[in-house]
Amino acid sequence: MRSRATIQYALPSRILHWLMAAMVVVQLFIAAVMMASLAYYPLLLAIHKPLGIVILIFIVFRIGNLFLHRPPPAMSTMGPWERRFAKGSEILLYALLLIQPLIGWAMLSAAGGPLTIGPVQLPPIAPEQVGLFGLLRIFHSVAAYLLFLTFTAHLCAVLFHTVVLRDGLLSRMAPWTRRLTSGESDFTSSADSNPQPVTEGRGVSD
Amino acid sequence: MNEDTPPATPPSRKPVSRRRALIGLSAVGGIGAATIGGFGFARGALTPEKLTPARFADRFEHVFGRHEGFRRNHAKGLSATGYFTSNGAGAEVSTASVFRAGTYPVTGRFSLSGGLPCAPDTASVVRGLGLQFDLPHDEQWRTAMVNIPVFLDSTPQNFVDRLVASKTDPETGEPDQKKIRAYLDDHPETVAAMKIVRQHPPASGFENTTYRGLNAFGFTNEDGQTTPVRWMLVPEEPDGPEKPPQEQTSEDYLFENLVRASSAPLQWRLILTLGQPEDPTNDATKPWPDERRTIDVGTVTINSVQTEAPGNARDINFDPLVLPDGITPLDDPLPAARSSVYARSFARRSRETHHPSKIDAEAVRRA
Repeated sequence: MRSRATIQYALPSRILHWLMAAMVVVQLFIAAVMMASLAYYPLLLAIHKPLGIVILIFIVFRIGNLFLHRPPPAMSTMGPWERRFAKGSEILLYALLLIQPLIGWAMLSAAGGPLTIGPVQLPPIAPEQVGLFGLLRIFHSVAAYLLFLTFTAHLCAVLFHTVVLRDGLLSRMAPWTRRLTSGESDFTSSADSNPQPVTEGRGVSD
Repeated sequence: MNEDTPPATPPSRKPVSRRRALIGLSAVGGIGAATIGGFGFARGALTPEKLTPARFADRFEHVFGRHEGFRRNHAKGLSATGYFTSNGAGAEVSTASVFRAGTYPVTGRFSLSGGLPCAPDTASVVRGLGLQFDLPHDEQWRTAMVNIPVFLDSTPQNFVDRLVASKTDPETGEPDQKKIRAYLDDHPETVAAMKIVRQHPPASGFENTTYRGLNAFGFTNEDGQTTPVRWMLVPEEPDGPEKPPQEQTSEDYLFENLVRASSAPLQWRLILTLGQPEDPTNDATKPWPDERRTIDVGTVTINSVQTEAPGNARDINFDPLVLPDGITPLDDPLPAARSSVYARSFARRSRETHHPSKIDAEAVRRA
């Protein structure tokens, strides 16, 4: 037995994580193209706004999910500083994913346009005031770049563990359920991962 | 995430070979670089020649200078308020709530084209009227119209190229005629459009000008039929003398006359022109035949004009794609580009310090 991932995040956590990952990647890409395009700006903006609201709804679910399903314990391949750093970046990601859609919504409120997003009519959450719009517009850009950089750091850190250290870190978040060897089963009690202790499945093997 | 819990796995493990570690590190670095590069590419950072909304706004600043708090184009303006009385006739072509019989508040802005907030008024400068109709159920219709019968450029790139070609030379104080001629030699559509513009001399003032939407939009009625439509505001005020005598007396004569004229309500009829299938909808430099059917859908009444100030038309982005249900953009590349560049201009001026506008309506009324 090696220092490889033995316990997965709970299934709801994993599903939420990958849905969120897909939406955030698409959203960041849409935002980048939208800001650089004369022709596709309106079309992409019409996707950007409702997608932002869906991300807001999902992050609220994810925060709720944190209380229902505790994450599995950290891996031995992570030193204390790396753990702190990883935890900090996760908190930052959660915070940005919560704040960024709210800034966008407040921005639209401050600009004073219609707040009809798809079939839904949202209430304004900020006073109609152009100076406030200008400020929120800057925050929206700053938060977007911060989100992109945090996402990239998160991606690179997971890849480092997966392809350099080969500790199977990624399999903790794999959308499929990983089977565990009987020797690993005693760790399942510390987190609410799948309880059936069976032979090791398709984890990354050397 | 839980530092308190013991490590999940025992420490013993097979050592990672140097070769594998190197390949792995290269993969991590490569994917990280590709992610950042891909984002930069999408953002337009790697293609400096590509015309983006920000670069479009930069061209205005390059030609006119940067004037904090003002629009990058149509910088000189005056706010206005009033209402639109819809007679219900527009329902034949569009389900848009604005065409149901009734009265809807409007906020407007009269302006002169160009990025100089203090440029002197001249008859030949293009006049603009932006309007925002406030409709039921949080809907709005925003339109930015001008007083020329056709647009001078068929694409956003052409517009910006012509703008840069006509930049005033700081040494002579005049645009470089050679650059303008070179541009026109390459753009017969602009030459043709200018000829049509010359055939429609401007009216004596803002108050008796016809303002046109120029871009064609799709109007969809209850039967689901979509008709290409161009719209215009036709003044009830008669045209004045060809050469207004006030032109010499004040450099703001157009706006000052508008302020004085607005002591009585000013009215325009909103006229829809219905296009036929063969009429171009993707090129605002091309006029539609004169005999196209029109519908008079109601009257816009402006009963007050105000100095630009916080909360009035100064702070409205007259984005041509803020449309009520029942009106949609067609294949014209200009409205999307206008929407994106107006948004950029709005974002810039909203975070800058605002300076008082040149036109002070109260001062004109007192004088």
